[in-house]
Amino acid sequence: MWGRAVSSEFERTMLPHMDAAYNLARWLVRDPTLAQDVAQDALLRALRFFPEWRGGSARAWLMRIVRNVAYDTLRDRGHDEGEEAMAELADPAPGPERQAVARIEMANVATALEAMPAPLRECLVLREIEGLSYKEIAEVAGVPIGTVMSRLWRARQALLEVGVA
Amino acid sequence: MTDCTEWQLLLQADLDGELSPAEAARLAAHEAGCAACASLRKRLSALSARIAQEAPRYEAPAALRAALQAAVVPAPQGAVVVPFRPRARRWTRETIGFVAGAALAASVTFAVFQPATTNPADQIIADHIRALQPGHLIDVESSDHHTVKPWFDGRIDFAPPVPQFERYPLLGGRLDYAAGHTMAALSYRAGKHIVDVFIRPADANATAREGTREGYHYICWLQGGMVLWAVSDMDPTELANFVQAWKDT
Repeated sequence: MWGRAVSSEFERTMLPHMDAAYNLARWLVRDPTLAQDVAQDALLRALRFFPEWRGGSARAWLMRIVRNVAYDTLRDRGHDEGEEAMAELADPAPGPERQAVARIEMANVATALEAMPAPLRECLVLREIEGLSYKEIAEVAGVPIGTVMSRLWRARQALLEVGVA
Repeated sequence: MTDCTEWQLLLQADLDGELSPAEAARLAAHEAGCAACASLRKRLSALSARIAQEAPRYEAPAALRAALQAAVVPAPQGAVVVPFRPRARRWTRETIGFVAGAALAASVTFAVFQPATTNPADQIIADHIRALQPGHLIDVESSDHHTVKPWFDGRIDFAPPVPQFERYPLLGGRLDYAAGHTMAALSYRAGKHIVDVFIRPADANATAREGTREGYHYICWLQGGMVLWAVSDMDPTELANFVQAWKDT
């Protein structure tokens, strides 16, 4: 069903980001098996909708799909990680992230990061582990760059406060 | 203590490589006189270093790699390609392409899923069958064309007609990719059957035709600058009536 040209173009532009896709899925759903499902669903969805891609950052385009599939999956399973958590984050008051992270006794970066609300976690993972620019993170998360900056700041503050650094 | 909120965000942006040289210079001047900000830089740097060291970048498992390679480079006809854990979840529509026949009831389904065919009728019927898998018919679910029609805005670069019929309730719409084109797909109910209508702008090669494949009938016609494919497993006469109703709109 796929033209060879489309396939090889997809292979060239999107498949190099497979590790990035899996890594984001893994950090968002926090389960290796589920992460593989999410990454596979997302990549196949990207393949299907590849003709819709209008250029720009291939990585950001793919990661946005990964992220959406991850939150859909979590929501299907009754986890309150996606849009609901986003809504909570609209309030700039000291949020649940500090309480959540503070529950981790001795500061361990990976554990503290996993305990963080998903919207903050995704920003930090995309920035610190994947090295995405603010603009790309904004595209992935579907928020303005200013929101990316404040989420990154809150995520880092939370980690600093529990003594990670 | 002075309020350094603005400086803190600039400092963060500097460490993230997002500051212009002019802003970076302004920040450096501030830090020279602000111990709190200078210390914050050290702590943020240390944090980044710890994350780099301790938070793993997980690598894609081999099975995922294999699954994607198989999806991109289609395997020979009939081959079972990937280890696959069947799941009842959304997006299954995309994964069906390489599920072995066992996961799907009808072997005929598997046959038309094979990408070997380049016949548009085969591909569109395959799309119709795929859409009939439980829960995968529709991206925008509505019986109101005022909801369905705008949904396509921005998703495709043409505006498909979305007529409403008393006799054939609209179920919703979705995007599909078939026969080398992105198409708008609309689903209607016709008695106990589902009719899918695939729509895209007509091009030089578009011709009206109809036929039957694997128990599914299709009628392809041109109307209003669009090429439309109606596909269903209902009686060909009934399908012709549906198409006639559409043409009369």
